[in-house]
Amino acid sequence: MEPMEIAELIKGKFPSEVKDVVEFRGQVSVLIKKDRLLEIMKYLHKTPELYFDYLADLTGADYMGKKEVRFEVVYNLLSIKYNKAIRIKAEVPEDDCTIDSVIGIWIGADWHERECYDMFGITFKGHPDLRRILMPEDWEGYPLRKDYPLKSDLGEKEWKPYLEVIEIGKKNLAYEVR
Amino acid sequence: MIIDGTTSLVEVEKGVRVIPGGNTIIAAVDKLVNWGRLSSIWPMTFGLACCAIEMMATGASHYDLDRFGVVFRGSPRQSDAIIVAGTLTKKMAPVIRAVYDQMPEPRYVIAMGSCACTGGIYNTYSTVQGVDTVMPVDVYIPGCPPRPEALLEGIMKLQEKMRKETFKWSRWR
Amino acid sequence: MAVIKDLKTKTLSVNMGPQHPATHGVLRLVLELDGETVVKCKPYVGYLHRGTEKLGENKTYPMALPLTDRLDYVSSMSNNIGYCVAVEKLLGIEVPERAKYIRTIMGELTRIANHIVWIATHALDIGAMTVFLYSMRDREWILELYEMACGARLTVTYPRIGGVRADVDQEFLDHCYKFTEEFPKLIEQYETLIDQNRIWLQRTKGIGVLTAEEAVNWGLTGPTLRGSGVPYDIRKFAPYDAYDQVEFEVPIGKVGDVYDRYRCRMEEFRQSNSIIRQCLEKLPGGYVLASDAPGYDLAAGPRKKPAPPAPKVEPAPEAAAQPAAPPTPPQPAGPEFEEVYVATEVPKGELGFYFISDGTGKPYRMRIRSPSYIHASVLPRMCEGSLVADVIANIGTIDIVLGECDR
Repeated sequence: MEPMEIAELIKGKFPSEVKDVVEFRGQVSVLIKKDRLLEIMKYLHKTPELYFDYLADLTGADYMGKKEVRFEVVYNLLSIKYNKAIRIKAEVPEDDCTIDSVIGIWIGADWHERECYDMFGITFKGHPDLRRILMPEDWEGYPLRKDYPLKSDLGEKEWKPYLEVIEIGKKNLAYEVR
Repeated sequence: MIIDGTTSLVEVEKGVRVIPGGNTIIAAVDKLVNWGRLSSIWPMTFGLACCAIEMMATGASHYDLDRFGVVFRGSPRQSDAIIVAGTLTKKMAPVIRAVYDQMPEPRYVIAMGSCACTGGIYNTYSTVQGVDTVMPVDVYIPGCPPRPEALLEGIMKLQEKMRKETFKWSRWR
Repeated sequence: MAVIKDLKTKTLSVNMGPQHPATHGVLRLVLELDGETVVKCKPYVGYLHRGTEKLGENKTYPMALPLTDRLDYVSSMSNNIGYCVAVEKLLGIEVPERAKYIRTIMGELTRIANHIVWIATHALDIGAMTVFLYSMRDREWILELYEMACGARLTVTYPRIGGVRADVDQEFLDHCYKFTEEFPKLIEQYETLIDQNRIWLQRTKGIGVLTAEEAVNWGLTGPTLRGSGVPYDIRKFAPYDAYDQVEFEVPIGKVGDVYDRYRCRMEEFRQSNSIIRQCLEKLPGGYVLASDAPGYDLAAGPRKKPAPPAPKVEPAPEAAAQPAAPPTPPQPAGPEFEEVYVATEVPKGELGFYFISDGTGKPYRMRIRSPSYIHASVLPRMCEGSLVADVIANIGTIDIVLGECDR
């Protein structure tokens, strides 16, 4: 089945959840609300005609100011058997920054969700071990949000162990070359 | 041969004299110690990122590092130098400082690559802008990544630096 | 009488730190050992996180291309090709034929170079040091070919959006052809060193077994997945560049252990060699860069056509009133965000680029789906229950590079 037909199938089965279906350059994305996410994902994973067994990518996006709902979690699914791909986007509002975890369906979503939590601050309910992965564990702030600075000099908000190392380095146990 | 008043010492290099035909070298302690140190620099492998691959290529058979006496050691307690090859991140900074503190003196630091020298193209929230914020550096090798010949020249510059040292072997330095 | 089962023991927690000669970069593993068996294994990554994705949001599409070199720094041409294919799909740029063939040749040379580094480090960790010296000698040949084409050895930025940077000359083509003639003998040299070696077989057969369903569920790709028997190769599923015009086979394993993945990658050497030879024979003439490829300072977006020039409104002379010029037609209001996800087959697996574009020349969100990140997450599953020495074999077989894992 073509991706557009799969999108129509999802829209037919869960009409209240699907907000938008967009096609661009042959790729279809379906925008849904986050409430019945697990049901939709189980439907896509288990139905024999669809059989989306491979989760290619799980990531977040921050639309600060550009859209009403601030965050979106994007799932790129692929069916190896039928060679079809689809993209599901779930909206996550800023004041209720949680969403269900799909780790029960695709166990490979484990580290993807940890990175999404690390970079955006979106909490995944049901994840067994949600902690920071790319940044140090006691880092403050969520780097990939649009209001986080880019450059290296963070001022007072710097990570404490790094400040201690800089102090040791400043004492500079260098020997002089005579 | 018998050494008597008629044999004279031959000056091979400035400050280094040999007895001709014999197997004796007479030189200042500085020169001997420096020669010993620079001919067998044993660095520790601290390859972090892309420059580590060029370091591996320099150590392989085409550009051989073994002919310089350079043997890569795995432990900081047994090495003379540390070649920091790659980007240093803030998460890694305490680790590299701990490793540097475990090295016995005399120890030397070579910063290989642009990221180790000054942060390179990565001026972001998680990178340290240069290894010299956390430890004193002796030789900087720029490049992204520096060619194996550039790394060899950097090691030779370190050898030049070692050659000029004075009185570093003594307890009262 | 106390028997050894009644002894109370505790597990020992060992840190295979970020600085370790065998961990292929800055990977940290905390192992809990009960004697020699690994009870729990926790990988910690992030020691090389450089913020590539956030940096890419502040640069235009051509400016963000050198950032992708440094992701999987062992095979940098493939990352560039992956990025260029994704941006070309987003912007709708058509690549000329000659550039497609040149990119295929470079992609396959990179596959060979990457598998050379893989076999060198994997064998070095397991103990066979000679393979390292033999294979790095041949990698110098490939790096010389890169230098002929574009001047750089490791972090080339040769494939560009819309084609490649510059054309290759006849000397490169001759040298490359000679390489394809010599290389099969060199592969046999590596194989005679380790293939039938008793120690190698004991250390790789039956280690790190993953079944096909498990491997797909964990999200593995590339030879790590194909060793378990799943024939998923993006070059066959969704071909890009010139892969639909050459003939090659995709080697698949049976059991899914370290030895099967090793055989897959050795076969991929031969298949890549044959692809390069076919491309060299079929290389067409023509341009190597598309005419609408974006420049460095141009802000190119998916629907950024130059605005039609405003028609000249001449001031009406006092005597006769000129008819008013027609107003400029408004730009069609497209959707505000456009997104695309394109995956290519890099030597390690599937490298995916997900772009969200908002019409300016800079990506609004650049997401890099790297294979090493997922492969590093499967280490606990493979290592728990096996011996400490198998941890090293497992790290070698999943073929991770920390620059790609942490980005």
